Amino acid sequence: MRPYVLQGHTRPLNHVLFNAEGDLLVTAGKDSNINLWWTDNGVRAGSFDGHNGVVWTVDMTYDSKMLLSAAGDSSARLWSMETGAELFKFQFNEPARASKFSVGEKLAAVSTDPFMNSKSAIRFFRIAEDPREQSGEEILQLTGPVGRITRVHWVDGNRTLLSSSEDGIVRRWDVETGKCVAQETLHKKQISDMQMSADGTHFITASIDSTAKLVDTQTFEVLKEYKSAAPINSAALSPIFDHVLIGGGQDAAAVTMTAAKAGYFEARFFHKVFCEEFANARGHFSPINSVAFSPDGTSFVTGAEEGNVRLHHFDADYFTTNWDRV
Amino acid sequence: MAPAQGGIVLTPAEEKMFEGQPRGFPFGDFDLADVMLPEEDDMGIPSGSDDEQEEDLQTDSGFGNVLVVDNLPSVGPEKFDKLTAILTKIFSGSGRIREGGLFHPMDEEKKMSKGYAFVEYENAEQARAAQSALNGYQLDKVHKFAATLFDEADRLAKVSEDYVEPEERVYTPSENLMDWLSDKRGRDQFVLRYGDETEVCWNDAPRQTAESVYKRSFWTDTFVEWSPRGSALATVHRQGVALWGGKSYGRLMRISHQGVQRLLFSPCERYMLTFSEGPDNRGRPHFVAHIWEIRTGKRLRTFDGPHEEYAVGAVARPDGGMRWPAFRWGGGGVGGDKPVYLAHMKRNAISVYEAPEMAMLDKRSLKMEGVEDWDWAPGGDAVLCAYQTEQGNLPARVVLTRLPDREELRQKNLFSVAGIKMTWHPQGDYLAVQVDKWTKTKKSTHTNFELFSMREKDIPIDMLELPNKGEKIHQLAWEPRGHRFAILHGEGNRPAVSIYNMKDTKSSTPSHGVTLVHSMTGKACTSMHWSPAGRFLLLAGLEGGHNGTFEFWDVEEMTLLNAGEHFMAQEVAWDPTGRCVATILNAAAAMENGFQIWSFSGQPMYKTPHDRFFQLNWRPRPPSLLPEEKQREIVKNLRKYSKRYEEEDDALLAQADTEFLAEREKQLNEWRAWVESRKAYSEEREAFAREQLGERAAAHDRFQLQEVEVSVVVEVKEEPAKL
Repeated sequence: MRPYVLQGHTRPLNHVLFNAEGDLLVTAGKDSNINLWWTDNGVRAGSFDGHNGVVWTVDMTYDSKMLLSAAGDSSARLWSMETGAELFKFQFNEPARASKFSVGEKLAAVSTDPFMNSKSAIRFFRIAEDPREQSGEEILQLTGPVGRITRVHWVDGNRTLLSSSEDGIVRRWDVETGKCVAQETLHKKQISDMQMSADGTHFITASIDSTAKLVDTQTFEVLKEYKSAAPINSAALSPIFDHVLIGGGQDAAAVTMTAAKAGYFEARFFHKVFCEEFANARGHFSPINSVAFSPDGTSFVTGAEEGNVRLHHFDADYFTTNWDRV
Repeated sequence: MAPAQGGIVLTPAEEKMFEGQPRGFPFGDFDLADVMLPEEDDMGIPSGSDDEQEEDLQTDSGFGNVLVVDNLPSVGPEKFDKLTAILTKIFSGSGRIREGGLFHPMDEEKKMSKGYAFVEYENAEQARAAQSALNGYQLDKVHKFAATLFDEADRLAKVSEDYVEPEERVYTPSENLMDWLSDKRGRDQFVLRYGDETEVCWNDAPRQTAESVYKRSFWTDTFVEWSPRGSALATVHRQGVALWGGKSYGRLMRISHQGVQRLLFSPCERYMLTFSEGPDNRGRPHFVAHIWEIRTGKRLRTFDGPHEEYAVGAVARPDGGMRWPAFRWGGGGVGGDKPVYLAHMKRNAISVYEAPEMAMLDKRSLKMEGVEDWDWAPGGDAVLCAYQTEQGNLPARVVLTRLPDREELRQKNLFSVAGIKMTWHPQGDYLAVQVDKWTKTKKSTHTNFELFSMREKDIPIDMLELPNKGEKIHQLAWEPRGHRFAILHGEGNRPAVSIYNMKDTKSSTPSHGVTLVHSMTGKACTSMHWSPAGRFLLLAGLEGGHNGTFEFWDVEEMTLLNAGEHFMAQEVAWDPTGRCVATILNAAAAMENGFQIWSFSGQPMYKTPHDRFFQLNWRPRPPSLLPEEKQREIVKNLRKYSKRYEEEDDALLAQADTEFLAEREKQLNEWRAWVESRKAYSEEREAFAREQLGERAAAHDRFQLQEVEVSVVVEVKEEPAKL
């Protein structure tokens, strides 16, 4: 079906994310805006105003009441999703990038970029049940990796945190001791995105080295590899089918030198097991920066450098096709 | 010379050396280390330090033009000057002696001349001529000159005094060079060059892949080329050319030519010309062309010297060098059993040499006043077509001459000619001469075509004018194995394509003469490519903003079979049978290097990307050995034959399908097994999440999907019923 084109950003998109129920969509961009949309009709439900810089990532609580955002204005903020009001502001001296609530949302992890004299870090905060009691006190800080930490995920019953970074390495941190317990160089270049599977047993990394890799959560063993002809900025796993969605394209700086067709700006579907591309969705005219499947797998969203968000709902035949036999 | 970003910087002269090569050649985007031969594998190419090279090295450094003359009279000082003067005169008779080039030594003790002299001529050719003239020259009753080339003398001095019987060589049968033709499925081969690799592949169109046959790194220094009948592949190295072939791609022959830049096979594959040019040791432009017999590796003749004599008319480059190819092979007959000729143009004449002796035919050149351009007829006939410009009162003319009897088969006088262009039919059945004529005001030109029907009695000439005589003509292309030709004409970047026929073979009374078949305007086309089997014409829009768009036409029915695009493609290459065509994007483009194979009807078959892709060459096939009638019979009963091959193809595809599906099934099963193995972890995680989320997770589960029907009354209106 024809996608909804959501035009709520004036600058490139950084992150698009569905809530747990799949009725809401949050988009964050370089124009320092965060927008909230209804997924069934593409109408904007509201926005979260307050950041003064690039918003890199967002995360939502399971009940869709609270939003966490990390931004280049050296802050991470908590927002009320019901009112759009800012609830709390974590102020840093460095730009904030990745943000993630723990399972159960009693904790949150925010990564900050290397800046001036400080190294990159992952900072942990307690999330109060009543936002009025929220404090900015850091309960733990992990440092070590060179370069920015682009994504973090809580796994193993909140005992472990996975991080992906610009050096192409995925790391496993013990949250209790603050030690890095395992690391694996998965990519030659920066890992731009890392998304977990629905069952948490594996995850996918997207790298500008033009590959995306499916990785075992426990062993970091690479299970599958998906190749593109252009940098990959984001990759998502379908919660219902063995499908992988990949978004990327020629680097924005090189775009003017190629035609739109040669830029690989399509959202591309790969079979998770066969690693073959079987479909793509055109529409963006610049690199796709972020992709996501809705939690029920019936729709997907892409956000691109040109500032447009395209929200697709799958046609009926998507659900009736035997994708393993195509 | 500092390598600049993206390529080697070439001087204008060097740029011309690579004329006709792919754009950006020589590709500068490499590290020296990449193109060096790997250690301990010299590919069988002798290096510069090998003994065998020494002779050539000296030639290059200038001893080749020195002659040693022995058996001179030995005279005292009083007669010395007189003798020297006489010798100078004799020696100058067969070439120009370089200034101070005569060294006639005097024995200071005995006060007598030593009885020999060194003579340095202007070039090696003159020295060789002088050698044959002066050797055995009878000065008087007692003195008979013995003239030896200096290089030769050096070699002769090394000859051992004892006779050594040459070892009898054991005959080893060579591999079957036609092996690739016996492929059960009749596939074609092509050679690819990308990165450091050179690879020969089968074009397996039914299975939509290229199947590798032989692959080797650093196989060639510059490019590779198939011999015209496909039996050998030539690789080009700094030290010379190597030929490879047979099933194992073993080396068949190597030919030593330092700094060879180009090569030209005779169409029958028996002979080869290797060519190099560059400044000589005094910095003046100089070329060397060696003629070889391929089977024996024997050098038959060498042409060398400055370009002036050869760079004449259309063959001259603006810088005074000669355009490639200035030497051209002709004759040989269809089966390669007739005499083979090599010819080149010079001022007011064309010189023809007959292989393998390589002596000038009848010891005299073919006189042609004001000859400007020429070419051999393809297809094995020893006929050459030459164009002579206007000479005083004589009009310009195009003349067809048969060799060796030098009979003028046909000629055509032309007036107020601005320029002409000859296009031969690939089998030599027709010749099209595009004539640009000055209009009366001499400010613009009009174009017409003189069409020679070579196979008709007396070679009739048809004249063709396009409706708009002033239009620009981009290309004329003859249909191989057919009677049609296509002209690409018109201004702007959307020219017109017109198809003409020379012979109506369909009607019951075959009529000759040129007729227009079809004309199409506004084509996004920059070049036209006929299938080698005829009938199908590919219109390609390659540059000028067309970005690689293709139209596949069936000219018989005049229908468009398909249109396609290979973004930014630069080259088109049909396979020798006309079943498939390749479109190529080589390393001159920054991105997406590789090639795409299409069927003759424009169905995309498969696409193979290769980084730093330089070259794709189809392996040519030799002419069919079946007599013409037999070939016609096969075409007639094509259905019967094709059925068998179609069945084979289907069986093959079915097998490929089964293999493919089995592989997928295996992958799926592996994946399912893996997911199963992680089940405990997944369940643990699920339980933990539920526990952590508590009430909220439960709330989420309480949602239920219900279908509700709602009926709303929008409006109630009463209307009187009209009955």
